[in-house]
Amino acid sequence: MNTVTLTIDGQKVTVPENTSILDAAKKAGIDIPTLCYFPDQNIKGNCRVCVVEVEGSRTLAASCSTPVNEGMAVKTWSKNVMNARRTIVQLMLADHDEDCNECVKNGVCELQSLAQRLNIQHNPFKNILKPKPIDTSTPSLIRNPNKCVKCGRCVDMCQETQQVGILFDAYRGADSEIVSGLGKYLSDAGCILCGQCSTVCPVAAIYENDETDKVWQAIFDTSKRVIVQTAPAIRVSIAEEFDMLPGTVALGQLAAGLRRLGFDDVFDTDFAADLTIMEEGHELLDRLQHGGMLPMITSCSPGWINFIEQYYPDLLPHLSTCKSPQQMFGSIAKTYYAQKIGLKPEDIFVVSIMPCTAKKYESGRPEMNDSGVRDVDVALTTRELARMIRQAGIDFTALPEEPFDEPLGISTGAGAIFGATGGVMEAALRTVYEVVTGNTLPSLDFTDVRGLKGIKEASVDLDDVKVNVAVAHGIANAKKLLELIRNGAADYQFIEIMCCPGGCIGGGGQPYRTTNAIRQQRIKAIYEVDKAMPLRKSHENPAVQALYEEFLGRPLSEKSHHLLHTTYSNRQH
Amino acid sequence: MSDLTVKRLTQRCGDIDPRDVSEYISTGGYKALVKALLTMKPQGVIDEVKASGLLGRGGAAFPTGLKMQMVHDTPGDVKYVVCNADEGEPGTFKDRYLMEGDPYQLVEGIILAGYAVGAQKGYIYIRGEYDRAIELMKNAVEQTRKIGYLGNNILKQHFNFDIEVRSGAGAYICGEEFALIESLEGKSGRPRYKPPYPPVSGLWDKPTLINNVETLANIPYIVSNGSKAFRSVGTDNSAGTKLICLSGNIANRGVFELPFGITLKDIIYDIGQGVPGERELKMIQIGGASGSCIPSDMLDVKLDFADMKKNGLSMGSGAIIAFDDSRCVIDIVKSLLKFFAHESCGKCTPCREGNPQLYNLIDDFSKGSATPSHYDVLQSLTQTMQQAALCGLGQSSPMPVVSTLLYFKDEYDMHINGRCPAGICSSTNGGEII
Ligand SMILES: Cc1cc2nc3c(=O)[nH]c(=O)nc-3n(C[C@H](O)[C@H](O)[C@H](O)COP(=O)(O)O)c2cc1C
Ligand code: SF4
Ligand code: SF4
Ligand code: SF4
Ligand code: SF4
Ligand code: FES
Repeated sequence: MNTVTLTIDGQKVTVPENTSILDAAKKAGIDIPTLCYFPDQNIKGNCRVCVVEVEGSRTLAASCSTPVNEGMAVKTWSKNVMNARRTIVQLMLADHDEDCNECVKNGVCELQSLAQRLNIQHNPFKNILKPKPIDTSTPSLIRNPNKCVKCGRCVDMCQETQQVGILFDAYRGADSEIVSGLGKYLSDAGCILCGQCSTVCPVAAIYENDETDKVWQAIFDTSKRVIVQTAPAIRVSIAEEFDMLPGTVALGQLAAGLRRLGFDDVFDTDFAADLTIMEEGHELLDRLQHGGMLPMITSCSPGWINFIEQYYPDLLPHLSTCKSPQQMFGSIAKTYYAQKIGLKPEDIFVVSIMPCTAKKYESGRPEMNDSGVRDVDVALTTRELARMIRQAGIDFTALPEEPFDEPLGISTGAGAIFGATGGVMEAALRTVYEVVTGNTLPSLDFTDVRGLKGIKEASVDLDDVKVNVAVAHGIANAKKLLELIRNGAADYQFIEIMCCPGGCIGGGGQPYRTTNAIRQQRIKAIYEVDKAMPLRKSHENPAVQALYEEFLGRPLSEKSHHLLHTTYSNRQH
Repeated sequence: MSDLTVKRLTQRCGDIDPRDVSEYISTGGYKALVKALLTMKPQGVIDEVKASGLLGRGGAAFPTGLKMQMVHDTPGDVKYVVCNADEGEPGTFKDRYLMEGDPYQLVEGIILAGYAVGAQKGYIYIRGEYDRAIELMKNAVEQTRKIGYLGNNILKQHFNFDIEVRSGAGAYICGEEFALIESLEGKSGRPRYKPPYPPVSGLWDKPTLINNVETLANIPYIVSNGSKAFRSVGTDNSAGTKLICLSGNIANRGVFELPFGITLKDIIYDIGQGVPGERELKMIQIGGASGSCIPSDMLDVKLDFADMKKNGLSMGSGAIIAFDDSRCVIDIVKSLLKFFAHESCGKCTPCREGNPQLYNLIDDFSKGSATPSHYDVLQSLTQTMQQAALCGLGQSSPMPVVSTLLYFKDEYDMHINGRCPAGICSSTNGGEII
């Protein structure tokens, strides 16, 4: 690799050629402020906050988009740089709805922290914001154009990573706007509600629909039994909300925190993940044995369901009919568990803690009322849960480790790895292999399907039947597999698709500013959780076994079909 | 017609039928193409253009030969030539004049440029409103193809080249080279950050030579007559001629081909015949909407890239707009800023947000509500835009403000004190604002 030597603020730095000034400065221990820059995304160069002086240049250079040159002399702080950075942030603030006190991003906002860092204590510019309507058209996301700084991070996410492509820049000059569809509301723009845009937005221009107050009301309502379930991915991300390092496992603290908030039962979606494996594994076997539609594709990611229903409806028969673990949990909680504790479904309030904004939409789907009432009452994101914990004054870092409640809090390592891309596949293979062959797996680790590679493949021998599987995460990767299926070129029997990059650990409801580096850490953590579990195969989960014995009968039974399976519809525009 | 004007680029304009390729050929047209293809290597053409000292006429005065060399030297089988005929600059209509008067000359220039840099395809991106120029250029391309000077194996050489005429998307910013390229690619016309520059990664990320109409139209003359003949007109550092568009409060408006080296005074009073009526010249703006505004006592500056630069001026598109003493400087600057606030593409913060704020600040002067602290704000804002905007639009749009603050500060002061000397900022009160 060729290297380049330059000086930054008088310091000699040697970096590979084509490194940006921004990265070279980082190496020299200098942190240049940025806004439109986001790791893993295309360079945009539009906010101009990162400008620096380059000797001999008439203008300042945007350090994120300017590559280093041999002998270049850079000054990252000077009178000109200070003036430009400050003026730029003042200009942004003067076209912004500056009600920080009533803002969901207060305290975690990148614009706010830029203003603070640049020591902006007054603004010479008049506020010229032309207020636009706030988009509350979906149950998942709020778009507030009055907060938008036009950094383009959401556009990059929607166009490049997700390739749903419904967000784009429109209009000119001060009228510039990020629009969804042709100026339409998200609800009719073909949005899949993945919320990935909301994890990269630096301000409060796209964020989760906050439903914490509904949950507080239920908790404070003594006539309700309030049950909480928490998704596999939350235990490896919630700690970040409390300034712990990415990759910190906070399983026991999470259970303790939920209990402190006042939930009556602290259960685990991992239980329902094990249940999903039982149903989905048997569905796969059934399709393999009876000539059903193959490849079968997983159905536990609601953003993915929103995508296929709107963009590839012709492939809907490939979807497993299994509900997602969140929804399986809801219907079991309000039937099986309700009976156990002698309550009616309407007396129970089910809250789920999800890494995902699409889960909010899913829980409100008309198909999801199989207990007779809405199966899951509120789906909160990781970020909303953290907000509740802070609100209640709980010091999360000081919480003791506590267990989940029984029976719906009992789970296996297979349930846990649902949170990472490839996890559903691996969990399914662990069970399907043993069910079909009757043998115990020599090794439980299907490492081929792990990790952040866009599309992963593996083959397993099931009593002389070779099963080819594929795993994709992020819609851009999913599309590639769908095209193969459409063209009849997909030699797979089973496919796992997760809407979000990295799977649920990278979900759209996870802590803001999730990067690939952070995704790696969370994935590592989730396999640690798996390794540490006494049971690591879904069919060995005693609570799941009891559920079948006492209530469902067997996988794919009529009752299972009623409570645990669903249908899809063509929602093409 | 003043005898200061030259007929070189414009030699055929008005004298031949712009549709008829035979009239072009019978007046020496396509001589350069034949000469280049049969007797010169591509590098030879580039060397001749380099020796001519031709500087880009689109605004930035970049050496054309050097740009060609960069495209030539960038590895790649697919390369493009793009002719920038978007001409959105207010008060500028020289490219239209060249396209309507002598379309084949431009076609020949583009083919020569394509031969020099190793391109196979050229695009002419013409401002959408220029119906006649679009039609004439399309016709010229078609006729040229008919006689075999476009297409495969031109003049039986291993040289394939064709040209497509595209009509512009109608925004001022689409004249900026990368916005134009994006627009050609079918995207909304917004600039890209640089580097990489178009010669390295331009249209569809291929090496691309992008030049102004007038720049390319000079190439046939250079190839036919040699760089020495080209340099026989003009100055040492500004060779050849320049098309200048005169408009505003001036008696003789229009496009004029002028030799480099004459003074602005010659242009205003000899060519332009001065300000009409009883009025006095107050100010001229040179280079287009983002050009400097200078007072009438600065007219000894020469039409010469170096002399203008020395005096803080830029040639820009070659537009000169004259303003007489009935006009208000604040009012003029305000309308220019309105234009930029509207034409900013909105991609980068300094320009998207800066132009409307600049407008508001100047508007305060015209309303009589400005205070001395406005000067500080104007200083930090104009400097930020000039230094930190992504493209030339935002970098240069503060120029009218900066230059009038330099040369017409007294008029700003008067407005702070509630007086508009031209009586424009108040329609009711004889020049009193309040
Ligand atoms: C806002 C803006 C508008 C421009 N408009 C034009 C135009 O209409 N025509 C043109 O030739 N160059 C225009 N330019 C300059 C081009 O970006 C580019 O420098 C030019 O086409 C290069 O050609 P040249 O080397 O022949 O001068 C514009 C630049 C900016 C920043
Ligand atoms: S987005 Fe940030 S700066 Fe804007 S109101 Fe919210 S917290 Fe304040
Ligand atoms: S939620 Fe997903 S699909 Fe919808 S706008 Fe955001 S990134 Fe695009
Ligand atoms: S919505 Fe957010 S991410 Fe998108 S451009 Fe606006 S500020 Fe940036
Ligand atoms: S300077 Fe203006 S026109 Fe140029 S990229 Fe920025 S906003 Fe667009
Ligand atoms: S971070 Fe460099 S321009 Fe935005």
